[in-house]
Amino acid sequence: MAQMNTKIETGATGKLLRRTVVAALLEDRAGMLCIAGLGAPAWDITAAGDCPENLPLWGGMGGAAMMGLGLALAQPERKVLVITGDGEMLMGIGSLATIAVQHPKNLSIVVLDNEHYGETGMQETHTHHGVDLAAMAKGAGIGDCRLVKTPAEVLALRSAIHAGAGPIFAQVKIDEQTLPLVLPPREASILQARMREAIMGKAAHLQ
Amino acid sequence: MQPENSAEDWPDQIYGLLKDHGIRQVALVPDAGHSRLIKRCLADNDIKVVTLTTEEEGIGMLFGAWLGGEKGVLLMQSSGVGNCINMLSVAIAHRTPLPMIVTMRGDYGEFNPFQVPMGNATQTVLEAMGTLVKRADTPEDIAPTVNATLRMAYNSYRPTATLIGQRVIGAKTFGK
Repeated sequence: MAQMNTKIETGATGKLLRRTVVAALLEDRAGMLCIAGLGAPAWDITAAGDCPENLPLWGGMGGAAMMGLGLALAQPERKVLVITGDGEMLMGIGSLATIAVQHPKNLSIVVLDNEHYGETGMQETHTHHGVDLAAMAKGAGIGDCRLVKTPAEVLALRSAIHAGAGPIFAQVKIDEQTLPLVLPPREASILQARMREAIMGKAAHLQ
Repeated sequence: MQPENSAEDWPDQIYGLLKDHGIRQVALVPDAGHSRLIKRCLADNDIKVVTLTTEEEGIGMLFGAWLGGEKGVLLMQSSGVGNCINMLSVAIAHRTPLPMIVTMRGDYGEFNPFQVPMGNATQTVLEAMGTLVKRADTPEDIAPTVNATLRMAYNSYRPTATLIGQRVIGAKTFGK
């Protein structure tokens, strides 16, 4: 594998720093499409570099993974990465069963798990009390489910995602530190239209 | 007495419309009223049929499908509309097509009291969330109404719905 520019770091808690994880997963992405759940994951993918292949969500809590499924089924030759938070994933946890049954090889779901609802005052989520998302994904029938805690495990996850050996589910334990906002465009019609154009060219607007 | 015309074939007519409109993804939580249409879709290799754990998954899925250039439709029972309400904001905010075909319960001669509150509110709550809603209460009305629902979704980039009345489907009686 080529040398990566991103250094995957850990914080004072010893846990992974979320923006370095996201930057690493998205480096040299080769056209990979990325949907990010509302809140901090949307700011994280924007901090890594806003682009038409990014769809940062401002709402639709609980829907990110299913959006990834619809996109992955529509574009089987493209890799699709959903990056979301533990609270957002818990709200749509049944979608893991739906996704497992469809078995999309080009879909990966990465949950950045800080064990808190970050946008609403850092209240604890169920993962803080031991709920094991990777085990739930495994139980749903997703073949490659990982608990990721170290930079080396992030690199291995990145290789698997970029290889397209999905469906992949990863629960990445991250530092809970709140970071400065890096906001993407808020007009959501632009967000969808730019991704459609990145995939289909100008013909996207004539469908 | 069975009707002599093709009115009973409305599920096949909907299937034909899905093909005419180039629908490639069908998201659903099963309803008895949709069973014949679901069978037709399952038998079609060009349609991806995705059974959901809850109807709101279909809102997200069809948004993703549209991002990737595929058209889809969501099939559900009226009770499932209640599971979708906040997620409808995704199609509204992103301005993306979202056609829904809803078979009604709690609508006309319902036996089960739990179906009545949502059945009575289905059209109101969909419209409150910006959905264009049309009803079909006779077999002959179903295909033209579904056609209009598909056309309005894909021509105006928003949620649309056909409600198929319980008067057409018949009320489940549980032997009473």
